[in-house]
Amino acid sequence: MSFIAKSPWILHYDGSSCNGCDIETLACLTPVYDIERFGVINTGNPKHADILIVTGSVNHQNRDVLLNIYNQMPDPKAVIAVGICAITGGIFAECYNVLGGVDKVLPVDIYVPGCAARPEAIIDGIVKAIGILEMKHQNMRIKSKWRLRWPWKSELKFSY
Amino acid sequence: MGKQTIIPFGPQHPVLPEPLHLDLVLEDERIVDAIPSIGYVHRGLELLVSKKEYAEYVYVAERICGICSFMHGLGYCQAVEEIMEIQVPERALFLRTIWAELSRIHSHLMWFGLAADAFGLENLFMLSWRLRESVLDIIEETSGGRVIFGACKIGGVRRDISPETLRDMCQKLEKLKGHMDRLTGVFLNDRSVGYRLKGIGVLTREDAQRLGAVGPLLRASGVDMDMRRLGYAAYERLSFEPVTENDGDCYARCAVRARELYQSIDLIAQAVSMMPDGEVDTKVLGAPKGECFMRLEQPRGEVLYYVRADGTRYIERFRVRTPTFTNIPSMIHCLKGCDFSDVPNVILTIDPCISCIER
Amino acid sequence: MAMEKRIEIFILTVDELVSRTRSLHDEGYRLVQICCSKVDESGKAVLELDYTFDKHYNLYNIRISIEEGAEIPSISEIFGSAFVYENEIHDLYGVSIQGISIDYRGNFYKTAMPHPFTQD
Ligand code: SF4
Repeated sequence: MSFIAKSPWILHYDGSSCNGCDIETLACLTPVYDIERFGVINTGNPKHADILIVTGSVNHQNRDVLLNIYNQMPDPKAVIAVGICAITGGIFAECYNVLGGVDKVLPVDIYVPGCAARPEAIIDGIVKAIGILEMKHQNMRIKSKWRLRWPWKSELKFSY
Repeated sequence: MGKQTIIPFGPQHPVLPEPLHLDLVLEDERIVDAIPSIGYVHRGLELLVSKKEYAEYVYVAERICGICSFMHGLGYCQAVEEIMEIQVPERALFLRTIWAELSRIHSHLMWFGLAADAFGLENLFMLSWRLRESVLDIIEETSGGRVIFGACKIGGVRRDISPETLRDMCQKLEKLKGHMDRLTGVFLNDRSVGYRLKGIGVLTREDAQRLGAVGPLLRASGVDMDMRRLGYAAYERLSFEPVTENDGDCYARCAVRARELYQSIDLIAQAVSMMPDGEVDTKVLGAPKGECFMRLEQPRGEVLYYVRADGTRYIERFRVRTPTFTNIPSMIHCLKGCDFSDVPNVILTIDPCISCIER
Repeated sequence: MAMEKRIEIFILTVDELVSRTRSLHDEGYRLVQICCSKVDESGKAVLELDYTFDKHYNLYNIRISIEEGAEIPSISEIFGSAFVYENEIHDLYGVSIQGISIDYRGNFYKTAMPHPFTQD
C-alpha cells in the first residue's frame, strides 16, 4: 500500500444538488460513520485533495468551476459522483438549466447511487476510490520508470 | 480610510457546504458592501410542473432542499389540498406535525454544527452532528428515509406510526434533551464562543422589519412572528409561544435556535399525547383548479407557495418563496461593517440554504 | 368536479401600483413576496405580477398584468427588501423594472439562457 492510499484527502463540491446528498456526505465525517478511520480527511483546498466528491448535477454555471477544481488537483486523483443527480441528473434531468451527470464534464471513477445516497454507500464508494487511487498511483510509477529508461518514449499512454 | 479591495468569496469555500458566491468589498479589514450572485444551484424546478403530474410533483417539491425536505413536500400538498378542498384525516395532520418538528430539530442541530465549524470549534461540530444522528434514526424508523422522507402525499401521509414507536420516540427525545443541555450550554455560556458571537452582525428590530427578515433571524431581533400560528396541520391545537430574543446579534440567533429545539420536543410530546386514531390518508380524485397561497414555518423561517392550476393534471404555475431568499437583504445588511474574519459567522447565523434560494 | 378556488386579489393598473404600495406600507404591512407568472390570455402571452403583503398573518394581494418586455416602476424605495424579487423577475422574465434600489443589472441569476421562464 502506498502512502496515498493510507490517507487520501477528499474535496467535496456541491453541484446543483438539493443538499440531501451534501449533508449525507458531511455526515460521513461525523462520529457515527467516521470515515477518518480510513485516514480520510476533508479539505477545502483542491491542491491538497486526492479524491473529488461531487454531489448534484452539472449546469452551465458550475461546469467551469468543476473543471477548474479538477485541474488543480494533483495526479493521481479519483472522482466520485454521489447521488442520482450526479450520475444522470436524476429527478432534475428535465430541468432547463441542468446539463446532466458529472460525467459530462469529468471522468468519473465511482458512481454512488441513491437519492439521497446513504452514508454507508458513500463510505463504500470512498473505499473503492482508494483502491482506484492506488492503481493509478502504480501506473504512474511504472510510467515514470519507463520515461527514465526511454525518455523519447515519454508519450507512452497507459490505460487506467 | 484604506483602499477598496474586492474579495470573491465562494462558490467553493471551506466553511460553506454549498456554493454561494459573494463579492466582498473591503476597506482594510472592514466590509463595506457585499454583492451576491447566485445561479450555481439553479435548476429551474418551478418549470418542472409542466412535465410532471401534480401528484408526482410532490417528489420534486421534496427535493427543493434536502434539509427541510418534508416541509417543502408538506407545503405543496397543503396548497393542492386547499385548492381541491380535500379534508385530510386528523391523524395524518398530527403525523405531519410530528415529522415537521423532527425536521426542525434535525435542521437546527445541523446548523449548530456548521456554525461551530465556522468559528473553529470542530469538537462542537462533531458533538452536534452526533446528536443529530439520533434524530435521524427516529426519522428513519418512522418514515424510511434519512433526509428525504417521502412521507407526505396529497390527501394525507404515506405511513402510519404505531403507538409503541410513538412512545419510544418520546422517550428518546427526552433523553436527547439531556444531551442537548450540554450542547446548548457550550453555545450559550462558553466565553470563547461568546467572544465570537456577541455583538457581531447586529440586526435591529426596525432593520429586520424593513428588510423583510423571517424566521429565527427575525425572532432574534425581538419580533414575534411564527407562521405556525396560522394553525396549519395540527398546530391549531397545540400550545406554544414563539421564541424571541432582543439583541439581534449572532448570539441571539443562536439562543433562539437553542430554545426552539426544546420547544419542538415539547410540541412533539403534545402531539403524541393528543394523537387521534383513524385513517391516515384519503382518496384523491380529479385535478386541482384554481389558485392559492400557502405559508408554513420552516426551520429557516416563513416559506410561501403559490400554486395555480387549470383543472388538468399538470399545474400551470408553481412558485416557492423560500426563507433564505428573503433573508438575503438582511444578510447583506449584517455583513456591512463587520470584520472580514467574521464573515463566515455572520453568513452562517442566518442559516443560508442555497438550494432553497435558487430552486 | 373540483370547484374552482379563488383567492382575494386586487387587480390594479401599473400606474396605481406605487401609490397603493405606499399606502400599504404606511398601514404597517410587510412585503412577503413578488411573484411573476406567464399566462395566456386569448392567445396573447401576458405576465402577471402578484405582490403579496402581510399584516397580522393576513395576506393582501395585488395583481398587475403587463405585456412581455414592458416596463414597470420599482417598489424597492418603499420596501427595502423588494430588490431581490425585482432582480429575480428581471433575470428570469426579462421585465425591466425602473429604479431598483440595488440593481444587479442581470447578474443576480446566472442561467444558461436569458429569461428562461418566458420560453416555452
Ligand atoms: S440525488 Fe436526491 S438527495 Fe441527492 S442531491 Fe439529488 S435530489 Fe438531492
